[in-house]
Amino acid sequence: MSFLTVTNLSARLKGTGFPILRRVSLSVAAGQVHGLVGESGAGKSMIGKAVLGILPSSVEITEGRIELDGVDLLSLPLKERRRRIGATAALIPQDPLTALNPSRRIAPQVTDRLVDILGWARARANARALELLHEVQIPDPERVLRSYPHELSGGMRQRILIASAFAAEPKLIVADEPTTALDVTVQKQILKLIAEMQARHGTALLFVTHDLGVVSKVCQSLSVLYGGMVVEDTPVRDFFRAPAHAYSRALLAATPKYTDPMASLVPVPEAVIAGVQAELAAFDRGARHG
Amino acid sequence: MQLLRTFLLRLLTTAITLIGVAVIVFVVIRVVPGNPIAMMLPPGATDEDIARLTAQYGLDKPIPEQFLIWASGVLQGDFGTSITARQPVLDLVLGRLPATLELSIMALVIAVILGGVMALTGTRARGTKVEAGIDVANGMALSVPDFLWGLVLILLFGVLVPVFHISGRVTPSLDLPFTTNFYLFESVLRLRFDLWADIVSHMFMPALALAIPLAAIIGQLLKQSLKETMHLDYVTLSRTKGYGENHVITREALPNAILPTLTLVGVQFTFLIGGTVIIERLFSYEGLGNMAIDAVINRDLPLIQGIVILFAVIFTAVNLVVDLSYALLNPRLRHG
Repeated sequence: MSFLTVTNLSARLKGTGFPILRRVSLSVAAGQVHGLVGESGAGKSMIGKAVLGILPSSVEITEGRIELDGVDLLSLPLKERRRRIGATAALIPQDPLTALNPSRRIAPQVTDRLVDILGWARARANARALELLHEVQIPDPERVLRSYPHELSGGMRQRILIASAFAAEPKLIVADEPTTALDVTVQKQILKLIAEMQARHGTALLFVTHDLGVVSKVCQSLSVLYGGMVVEDTPVRDFFRAPAHAYSRALLAATPKYTDPMASLVPVPEAVIAGVQAELAAFDRGARHG
Repeated sequence: MQLLRTFLLRLLTTAITLIGVAVIVFVVIRVVPGNPIAMMLPPGATDEDIARLTAQYGLDKPIPEQFLIWASGVLQGDFGTSITARQPVLDLVLGRLPATLELSIMALVIAVILGGVMALTGTRARGTKVEAGIDVANGMALSVPDFLWGLVLILLFGVLVPVFHISGRVTPSLDLPFTTNFYLFESVLRLRFDLWADIVSHMFMPALALAIPLAAIIGQLLKQSLKETMHLDYVTLSRTKGYGENHVITREALPNAILPTLTLVGVQFTFLIGGTVIIERLFSYEGLGNMAIDAVINRDLPLIQGIVILFAVIFTAVNLVVDLSYALLNPRLRHG
């Protein structure tokens, strides 16, 4: 039973009508980790944003369904959609330095959803925050909860954001390149932490990344995107053994090998790009006529 | 600790500023043409009379000596005697100060409310006709100076639809039980809401005239910084938590967006106090500004000096309050 189902989701830029997402379909089963990979601008972040209802105001959804726990989000009025998303899903943002409000202490930023949206008593929410900070291995959590964001390091802040995402036991978490903004030495720890938390809480995870190495470690399935179109949707094991699409194969070949750091980087061949762009064009023609 | 040091440092710079202001004003009003003694005496007074009075007020001595005499008096709390009113300057000035303070603060409150509502409404209605309308109204409010707004208001609500009083501070025939000159404040304390209503009805238009340009500045700047803040990640994150736009704007964006506005309000508030001079004249409001104009017309040197020093004290005090509240609101500044 999949917890998140996206069906034929299309989105475009308001004004120019430039397509951002082209009939994207994917599903994430409860407790599974699904990766979204692709180069910059492929639309992988946009899918996560669409699911959480935080697309930029310049982007509009033109068709499709986003079902969260069986409810079509796009059919709900804005206020109700926000509440529903807040109660069942959460975001681990990309940049921990800008994702915490600088003028508020940490504690209310972890507990606000519990108190305001889910109606918990403040004492219970505070106890939960303390427990979560222990769980994400933050030393001296009492002091950290009283701190302001600027008093904490980037790694600490990302741990807090992870704790905050898991606070309400959501069924789905969207992790939007959660390690990209971090120091390389911290990246590994944070990745490990997210994987552990996900396994322990049994949360479905939509993992947006451009790093296939990360996908091979944490995901069970993945969608490869190009130009807002899903070119391949497959279990991770199959993908690394035998990628079906030429673009996927090229992407995999372009990944730097940690085992052979001296090997020169392989770009995605021009012919493959031309091929996948021809597919996009054919898709757009089909969309116009169909 | 940091706050205390800031405070002490500011106290020191304030003292230097005040000395500078005192010297400049003292010299300038003695250099410009116009003789206060000639204004006091009836036509046909002899040169002897003039010389005697000039000596009595010490105006025959060299300017540096006059300054030292005046300054040593000031340090002992004696600002001299008004030439026209023949009363101590300090009593006159402090007697009028409450009227001007009440007017300025009322104007500030109106400006903050109007500007705040415009900024929040404009942010809430981003990209709609409502926002465009607010921008137009802002531009209009900003391009007309306060005294012209005063005239417009007099015509509208004093002449065309006479709902407010257009002159004075309180209806003169009323019996005033007040022991201080803070009429507005004291009428509330004494629960005399009839008097309060009368005073507000006198103050509302001059306060509004002073407030409109400031409200426009607040509205514009706050809306701009709200707009920038609304794009930040923590605002987006708060949306995913399930909050509606109203909460997102007021609880997440506003506390951060308000900081630049606060600094500007401090600077602009001092301009507003400067604006009271003309507005008080326009509405015959018995405050410091009105008194300042009379003092200048009559070349009442001690009174001019007293009023200018007091204005300087108010200006620096406002700036100090703004700096301190900035440190209080922004946790990143608090720890230095």
